[in-house]
Amino acid sequence: MSVSKAKVILVFLLLILWQVNAMAQDRFPRPEFETDYKYPEHQMPGQRGPLWEYFDVAVLIAALSVTAWLAIRKRSRRGLLYMSLFSVLYFGFYKQGCICSVGSVQNVSMALFNSSYSVPLSALLFFIIPLVFALAFGRVFCAGVCPLGAIQELTGFRPLKIPKAAEIVLASIPFVYLAIAVVFAATESQFIICRYDPFIGIYRLDAPHTMIIFGALLLLAGIFINRPYCRYLCPYGVLLNIFSRFSWKHLTITPAECTNCRLCEESCPYDAILPSDPEPVIRDRSSMRRNFLVYIIALPLFAAAGAVIAYNLSDFVAGGNSTVRLAREIRLEQETGLESLTKAAIAFREAGKTEEELFAEEVHITGRFRKAMPWAGIFLGLSLGAGLLANSVRSRRPGYVPHQGRCYSCGKCFKYCPIKVPEQNEVKA
Amino acid sequence: MESENNKYQSRRDFLRKAGKIAAVAPLVALPSLLIRKATATGYVWQIDPFKCTQCGQCKTNCVLTPSASKCVHAYAMCGYCDLCGGYLRQGVKNISTGAENQLCPVAAIKRSFVEEPYFEYIIDEDLCDGCAKCVKGCADFGNGSLHMQIKHDICVNCNECAIARTCPSNAVIRVPALEPYLPKDKAGKH
Repeated sequence: MSVSKAKVILVFLLLILWQVNAMAQDRFPRPEFETDYKYPEHQMPGQRGPLWEYFDVAVLIAALSVTAWLAIRKRSRRGLLYMSLFSVLYFGFYKQGCICSVGSVQNVSMALFNSSYSVPLSALLFFIIPLVFALAFGRVFCAGVCPLGAIQELTGFRPLKIPKAAEIVLASIPFVYLAIAVVFAATESQFIICRYDPFIGIYRLDAPHTMIIFGALLLLAGIFINRPYCRYLCPYGVLLNIFSRFSWKHLTITPAECTNCRLCEESCPYDAILPSDPEPVIRDRSSMRRNFLVYIIALPLFAAAGAVIAYNLSDFVAGGNSTVRLAREIRLEQETGLESLTKAAIAFREAGKTEEELFAEEVHITGRFRKAMPWAGIFLGLSLGAGLLANSVRSRRPGYVPHQGRCYSCGKCFKYCPIKVPEQNEVKA
Repeated sequence: MESENNKYQSRRDFLRKAGKIAAVAPLVALPSLLIRKATATGYVWQIDPFKCTQCGQCKTNCVLTPSASKCVHAYAMCGYCDLCGGYLRQGVKNISTGAENQLCPVAAIKRSFVEEPYFEYIIDEDLCDGCAKCVKGCADFGNGSLHMQIKHDICVNCNECAIARTCPSNAVIRVPALEPYLPKDKAGKH
């Protein structure tokens, strides 16, 4: 009896629900026109054709080749500046920033860890090509192709040196930034590199004021502390730094043999000139060897410590995901009984998803963060260890050479070198 | 001394070579891993009208001003009635219908007479600022034929859409660039 009653109620409920649903679709009947009225066409203008993206890839390759030639062969600071100007105009103001190599890190990591997203080929190329060039010619991408670097290159008028300790601390920020950005992209949470891109607002001549202020402040700081974004923030620079260390060819300070005149010593605003060190000091070799061994042994310890610390931070970092944040809000709402008034909470109530579904989703996403974060920690631990290890290694240098990781191939040091090699046509004349 | 130098030199060369190989490896591995999954045409951002809750964030959160998201009209769903919440009637001195909040603040909704008693409503996209007020009114009191779409002649296709990041109902999604629109009367219900 009661069962059939319940059935009747259920049928009624379903009918009402169906009715409500149908009403939402068609509150007013659609007209049956007597005249030969036709529905207007939908205005659906397309975007810039996909072919243009490949044109941009071609421009990227061409710009990188020219920059490499200017930095290594031609040794022309002026040429590199023109190259920067070109990039500011083309990749910056004309293309308005997207897609850029710096942001493509996120597309690549999102595609790596999510089967539902396939990376656009142009994004993949924008990610790979500058790295290939870094491996061949050093960081020529930074020198004159990256629109973010180029605008800073053009505005760095009065380089000042900052204390070594501050430099080391600040220069470690990009590693953390890269690790977090990859974790956020891999978990489909957000693209923080794009969100905190400082100069895109300037290139678009239109942005939220916070973006413009951040960009303008960086440019102002960059007048004195050159390339602040590249040095202390850029996550893609971390990769370029690593690849450039093993580059096949690299910009040199002097066109011929270094005479150790020390004139270039103070010319680099990025502290990327390594002084000559012809005679290894035998005296402290044993202690250096000991340090080296200690760091080698410590390397896995650093990695393990990084993994543990990052794992413990994963719930905190997961708060960067909007679904997790919403779930936490709704849970707080349940606990305190106070209605949450954020836009997300209001939209959630309107959308009609159940709280159980939301909480299940939260558990899934936090789980992904717990899986991803230890790897980020291992990366950071290994980077720290490798940095210490590199510090304990002494290389023999007969002359002044650029630090291949830190050097942006900007060519500021060229004019300080007194050694001039006559150009071929001059010899002929 | 000379031989020791050579020893160091060769070890260093060996390490450098090893480093080079280690650097080349991911550059080869990554593309070969991803190339099979890569799409040649890529994605664009679009609003799923069935997820949209008309909160009005599109207007303020787009990196462009005015926003690239505009109200569009699914004509086949419209009732063509005399009364449209978003339409500013001519000659109305005081708005007292209680639907002020649906009224288009920039008078971008134009209408023309079709036949008794039907009116066609067209959105002037140059005026529309994407505030979604009319869309909310249409969804709540009408047929839901007005809906939000991102216009791709305006959109600069940011790598991460600023509206998508702040959209409270996750209605802004990546769609294949070859089918860049999800018009409400054509797209199947998701």
